[in-house]
Amino acid sequence: MPKQLLTSWGRVLHTEQDVITLLSRFDSLPNNSADSVLPYGNGRSYGDSCLNEGGTSLKTSVLDRFIGFDPGTGVLCCESGVLLSEILRLVVPQGWFLSVTPGTRFVTVGGAIANDVHGKNHHLTGTFGLHIRQFELLRSDGERMICSATDNADYFSATIGGLGLTGLITWAEIQLRRIGNPWIDAETIRYESLEEFFALCEESDRDYEYTVSWVDCASKGKRLGRGLFMRGNHAPVGAEPGKYSTKIRTFPFVPPVSMVNSLTLKAFNTAYYHKQFQKQTRQIQHYEPFFYPLDGILEWNRMYGPSGFYQYQCVIPTQYGKKAISDLLKEIAQSGMGSFLAVLKVCGDLQSPGMLSFPMGGVSLALDFPNRGERLHNMFSRLDNIVGSAGGRLYPAKDGRMSASLFRSGYPRHQEFTKYIDPHFSSSFWRRVMESA
Amino acid sequence: MRKILIVGVTSAIAEATARIWAQRGDQLFLVARNKERLEAIADDLRVRGCPKVETYCMDANDFEAHVPMLDAADRALNGLDTVLIAHGTLSVQAVCQQSVELTMQEIRTNALSFIALLTHIANRFEQQQKGTIAVISSVAGDRGRQSNYIYGSAKAMVTTFTSGLRQRLLKSGVHVVTIKPGFVDTPMTKEFKKGILWASPDKISYQIHMAIENRRNITYTPKYWWLIMCVIKAIPENLFKRVRL
Repeated sequence: MPKQLLTSWGRVLHTEQDVITLLSRFDSLPNNSADSVLPYGNGRSYGDSCLNEGGTSLKTSVLDRFIGFDPGTGVLCCESGVLLSEILRLVVPQGWFLSVTPGTRFVTVGGAIANDVHGKNHHLTGTFGLHIRQFELLRSDGERMICSATDNADYFSATIGGLGLTGLITWAEIQLRRIGNPWIDAETIRYESLEEFFALCEESDRDYEYTVSWVDCASKGKRLGRGLFMRGNHAPVGAEPGKYSTKIRTFPFVPPVSMVNSLTLKAFNTAYYHKQFQKQTRQIQHYEPFFYPLDGILEWNRMYGPSGFYQYQCVIPTQYGKKAISDLLKEIAQSGMGSFLAVLKVCGDLQSPGMLSFPMGGVSLALDFPNRGERLHNMFSRLDNIVGSAGGRLYPAKDGRMSASLFRSGYPRHQEFTKYIDPHFSSSFWRRVMESA
Repeated sequence: MRKILIVGVTSAIAEATARIWAQRGDQLFLVARNKERLEAIADDLRVRGCPKVETYCMDANDFEAHVPMLDAADRALNGLDTVLIAHGTLSVQAVCQQSVELTMQEIRTNALSFIALLTHIANRFEQQQKGTIAVISSVAGDRGRQSNYIYGSAKAMVTTFTSGLRQRLLKSGVHVVTIKPGFVDTPMTKEFKKGILWASPDKISYQIHMAIENRRNITYTPKYWWLIMCVIKAIPENLFKRVRL
């Protein structure tokens, strides 16, 4: 079997490992007793949660078949390697949409469950896991479990957000939501401070299904936390402005150094902040640029150069949210590091069934950082202190460096979770946060 | 709308092509050995919009089974106008070299079963005076190489056979397409290290679909393989025998 170089989205970590492509959902798992295995979907996790150094990856890309779809009820059943983009291509013309979608449509259903992804509507609809009706979990001993909120409910909870460690999800049945057309009635509002951001959230979260904000992480002082607040709803029938055609380009090469640095960052952020002349704009926008602006450029992660990048995504509970986010942004602006990809989002209180689910009622901040080695890691430690003391946590799907203690304090159910891990499954991430001191 | 028989639909290339046809609204009759996988593919194609999908379990190496299968396809779709023959195996050359039995098995699967099927299909299509027969051969059939000449010689037989068939059937209005894929990243080639020349089954399937629509005779897919094989075929044998390919 050839060793294959696997990498994750951040392009910092590369592992040589055995890769087995799973051919059929009916087959049992490959039996090579010594090694641990880990499912690998489309490799869109940023750090090491989708890698299994020294072990074997089970590629699910060929498990990409639909099993059933009822256009009357919006219940879709498919294999775990189906990409969300394929689901959208099938269901949008039939008047359905994903109940929850992350910021890229190029993730598999299995990956969306294993990371219990969330999106711009978290404040109203919660995580992806809340819209899973059932799935099949294949364990290394050959047992197949149908898991739902009522059957094998403990494995259901462990597997949602379970980072692929509880076994292989072979198929899943998900509930979609109705739409009138593929368009979003979208507004963009320029705001000048964090205060204003929180006020906009409060005002918008009830009437707008989708809210998110781009934040200028390079601004300090009076401009700290300024940005663009985006909110929208599915457009009503009859509001279609016309035709839309998907334009997809590919980032053509890996530049020798990161194209994002302190100079370009400041310039880009200032220009982007002022991209609209008015305080507030409104347009009917196709769902693709609204939800997936970065999917229009394949392999955009190359722009950070050969050293790759980290993403830092944390969530802070509501009561400490304002203070902690302000402290985090100050620290980041001070460092001059960061990227124009910086996102603020208020999450709601809807509880996911997932034991290790990331979102919680509060506010989430996500930022990319070109990999600058030690200097960056020192700043990450300072950010960790702010997150940790505010009772927040980091998102494993985005992480390649958090300390074991921050993981354990952020995820109080991690001990309970270990009972459900398949004895032959493991990941680089899991060994890092659980087996190190 | 076409009425299409696909033999070997569990091959990645054939499955990807079936998806294109399903979305277009063609009617499909799917043949493969493994019942579970066959049914899973049929369900998938139904969800993707295929108006009619029928399945049939058959081992292409069971030549006696060919006629009943063709009769069933004919009945199920009320006649056929397109056939894609896509089954196959790729055994390790080094192992084949040590085993007459395995070598014969490879030749039987990748050449003789094609010829048996094509004989029946050609006669039926000749009689109905219309139809398209698309056959997956391979660039490996263009010249024997030490790394892959058993599979290659089987495919050479398929290429030559379809070339003759194309001439014969022209006057009946039946078209024959010989498809020669290069390196395709599929479960069949999972043991190979992938490089820049490797293509995805999705890309290949689109070109197969277009080759059938445009009534191409021989189609290399991806298309640059035409150039590569021109060069490889042009190397004098005296030099070629020293090349490590």
